[in-house]
Amino acid sequence: MRIAAGVERGPAVTFSVDGVAVAGHIGETVGAALLAAGWRDLRSGPGGGGRGMFCAIGVCQECVVMADGVVREACRLPVRDGLVITTRRLRDVR
Amino acid sequence: MCADLTADLVVLGGGPAGGHAALAASGAGLDVVLVDEGAAPGGQVWRAPGVAVSNHAALGPDHRAGEALRAALTASKVRVLAGHRAWLLQAGFTVHAAAADGAARLQAPALLLAPGTTERVIPFPGWTLPGVMGLAGATALLKGNRMLPGRKVVVAGAGPLLVAVAASILKGGGTVAAVVDLGSMPEWLRGVPAMLGRPDLILRGLGWRALLLRHGVPYLTRHAVLRAEGDNGVASVTVAPVDGDGAFEPGGNARRFEVDALLVGHGLVPASEAARSLGARHLHVPALGGWVPELDGLGRSSIAGLYIAGDGAGVRGAAAAALAGAQAGLAVAHDLGRIDAARHTAEQAPLAARVARAARFGRAMAALVRIRPGLIAAIPPEATICRCEDVTRAEIEAAFDEGARQIGQLKAWTRCGMGPCQGRFCGPTIEALAAQRGIAAEAFGPMVARPPLRPMPIGTLTGDFDPAALTLPPSLPSS
Repeated sequence: MRIAAGVERGPAVTFSVDGVAVAGHIGETVGAALLAAGWRDLRSGPGGGGRGMFCAIGVCQECVVMADGVVREACRLPVRDGLVITTRRLRDVR
Repeated sequence: MCADLTADLVVLGGGPAGGHAALAASGAGLDVVLVDEGAAPGGQVWRAPGVAVSNHAALGPDHRAGEALRAALTASKVRVLAGHRAWLLQAGFTVHAAAADGAARLQAPALLLAPGTTERVIPFPGWTLPGVMGLAGATALLKGNRMLPGRKVVVAGAGPLLVAVAASILKGGGTVAAVVDLGSMPEWLRGVPAMLGRPDLILRGLGWRALLLRHGVPYLTRHAVLRAEGDNGVASVTVAPVDGDGAFEPGGNARRFEVDALLVGHGLVPASEAARSLGARHLHVPALGGWVPELDGLGRSSIAGLYIAGDGAGVRGAAAAALAGAQAGLAVAHDLGRIDAARHTAEQAPLAARVARAARFGRAMAALVRIRPGLIAAIPPEATICRCEDVTRAEIEAAFDEGARQIGQLKAWTRCGMGPCQGRFCGPTIEALAAQRGIAAEAFGPMVARPPLRPMPIGTLTGDFDPAALTLPPSLPSS
């Protein structure tokens, strides 16, 4: 998914999502790095179905995740080394 | 930690309109603070890449315009407050903004809003699946992260973003299974006379179309998405022919494409909630995208000291937005007595003709994304309208049947628009559903804009407050 031509990515970092290690680069958002790693489903909608990045500009709130314990929009949150992301699933609130 | 700042003018939004408003006002001698939620100014269209780009030419004119704006702001006296989101606006004016690591309170006698737009997406079954994304969102990923939204995609909807997004994906090495356009070739051609003032944009559009042809991408005009399907995310998209009204043709030949992303958008909606939260008068103008503030020709709103510019005041495109921003920035300098009437008139003169020409192009594009009643009527009852609260069309229609005639009633009865996006995505669709029942937008009303204008952590509201430090009055003696 990462476009290579004409782009110099920032230093490589590793963060985790639900305990799984994911690679990213400084300058990328969590949402973009997750997409590149094959994570499209980022949380549960109210009916239980999966939701992912939709507006990708910080308006729709579909991609919110817990980042080091705080609710953040994955589409706007920059990646950094050691960041701990947990996705919000319906099982957690029922 | 809350920083307190005062200025002559606070500008909210650092895209083409807000950026150029700040530059014009600062150039006229005002002390300006520019607040933007992004890591750097540029807004959506002139977005700053988060990753380092070594080949700037490949990113095209929007990228270069953004780099020029950022350089001009750096060279100016404008104080840029990036990474901040305004969540409460108070008359007079006080702006409360929150950042990831703190907050700011800004005070100024003049406030200029340049909030831009949100994308309109007309619902269809499967539009909540992961992998279905807005065209604007796809653009953000491509520009900000230099990331493809999918390896194999369908690009669907209406308007000029279709070819722009499809071409960017091809250039980035992705595959476009099809471009699905509600519009027809004659509709595009009707816009040509208005586009002649911007040959650069016509050439760019033709270049994109040529790229699509070279890659053999099917371009399906008068088609719309029937449904998206998949288990944990979108795996296929089915599209079918529509008439000029957007209604699916009976017995039309449906086609299915296997994809890992569907990028879809049906036009842009001005983000009017900040101005409405202050009580500025608004009008419903479908040709400009929906609810827009009542303005004089220079961005002055119905509230003294409040100015609004750019697509957030009516969708006309980036070029018109930058000029409207400059017009409004100069008007602030004049109204605060920093430049006299003669200088003001002289500096406004060259802008007026250019903004009219740019807006003509924007209006031609707006005609392509007009709401097509047939497409609204075709939304099936089981389709989700409000994504945040999972409210279906059947539930919305039941509320209308029971007598709901205003958006507030629909919210109370169905919870539509009461989730974290605050009605920004379902609002335009619900308004279109009301219109199908003959309810005028003016009577139906926009959703009431209330603080916080954006969701925010409660810790930002409480700040340094420590409940343990509260001195409580002594309890009453118990008997």
